[in-house]
Amino acid sequence: MRDNRSSDAQDTQPGQQSAAHALRPLTAAQGPAATVPSPDGEPSAAGDDAALADTRLLAALRAGDEAAFLQLVDRYHASLLRLALMHVSNRQVAEEVVQETWLAVLLGLKQFEGRSALKTWIVRILLNKAKTRAQREGRSVPFSSLPALDVEADEPSVEPERFHSPDHPQWPSHWAAPPHTWESVPEQRLLARETRRRLREAIAALPAQQQEVILLRDIEGWTAAEVCNTLALSETNQRVLLHRARSKVRRALERYFDEE
Amino acid sequence: MNAPSDLTCQELVELVTDYLEQTLAPAERARFEEHLAGCPGCQIYLGQMRQTLKLLGTLSEDSIEPAARDQLLRTFQHWKRDAEAE
Repeated sequence: MRDNRSSDAQDTQPGQQSAAHALRPLTAAQGPAATVPSPDGEPSAAGDDAALADTRLLAALRAGDEAAFLQLVDRYHASLLRLALMHVSNRQVAEEVVQETWLAVLLGLKQFEGRSALKTWIVRILLNKAKTRAQREGRSVPFSSLPALDVEADEPSVEPERFHSPDHPQWPSHWAAPPHTWESVPEQRLLARETRRRLREAIAALPAQQQEVILLRDIEGWTAAEVCNTLALSETNQRVLLHRARSKVRRALERYFDEE
Repeated sequence: MNAPSDLTCQELVELVTDYLEQTLAPAERARFEEHLAGCPGCQIYLGQMRQTLKLLGTLSEDSIEPAARDQLLRTFQHWKRDAEAE
């Protein structure tokens, strides 16, 4: 049951706030979280600070402080837009979904009990609105009718034919066609608009849950614990989804960089 | 000559996320690193994965458009007025 993603202004269960820490900007200027590994779910001083920052921000918002609201908007708007774009067909609809989300945030402020991190709460509202909108557009099937994540399903990260067979006399299951280094790809090409387009395309081709996880983890720089909380995933399933998503995105980039 | 460790390349690529997430048990991590040390193909694979993550991080660089920000500010002002009228 995904009961804690079923309605808009719903708060999380008690006891989750220690893991849903860090009200750091979603626009992770410090880069993806994966390059700065942080232990999952460990209550930390940073978590307490973030909870305190949430409390202060909430008080300011409830008091009608415009600056506090704009701070929140500047911090999360672009992230919310990217999340919305994973579910709806175009930018205009995504913008509407995000605007609706902000309104719902304001209207829900009074009821929000702060048991989950503010950003977790906001993102849940966004995801619910985006999914509702996508269903109305006939763009996706209702979430509950999607097959559950099958972590046992065989989904190799790399095409099996790139390895020697398991009974190879010298190199069983070792690289037959190893990857080529990207060290020689010029920086200009790595950071080119086309590379970013290919990345977005590769993400758009992923199943919905994999998209959500890779977006929050590797684009927005959330911690594993925050993603587990927001998407109601176990740590293991979060990691499986992340692994599959990253593996496919790497493959797409490899195809692209190997083209020339 | 034998393989660099009892871990195969095909197994290693499935452990890359656990390795980067630092969720491998110490013994598994040691096997992983032992294989890696002797396998250029897997070193390149891991390097590509790190590069992939770095590039994904660059997708977060957009910011809000001024018009959308202005509209939200008006939404906030309406909300505040309504809240005060209650």
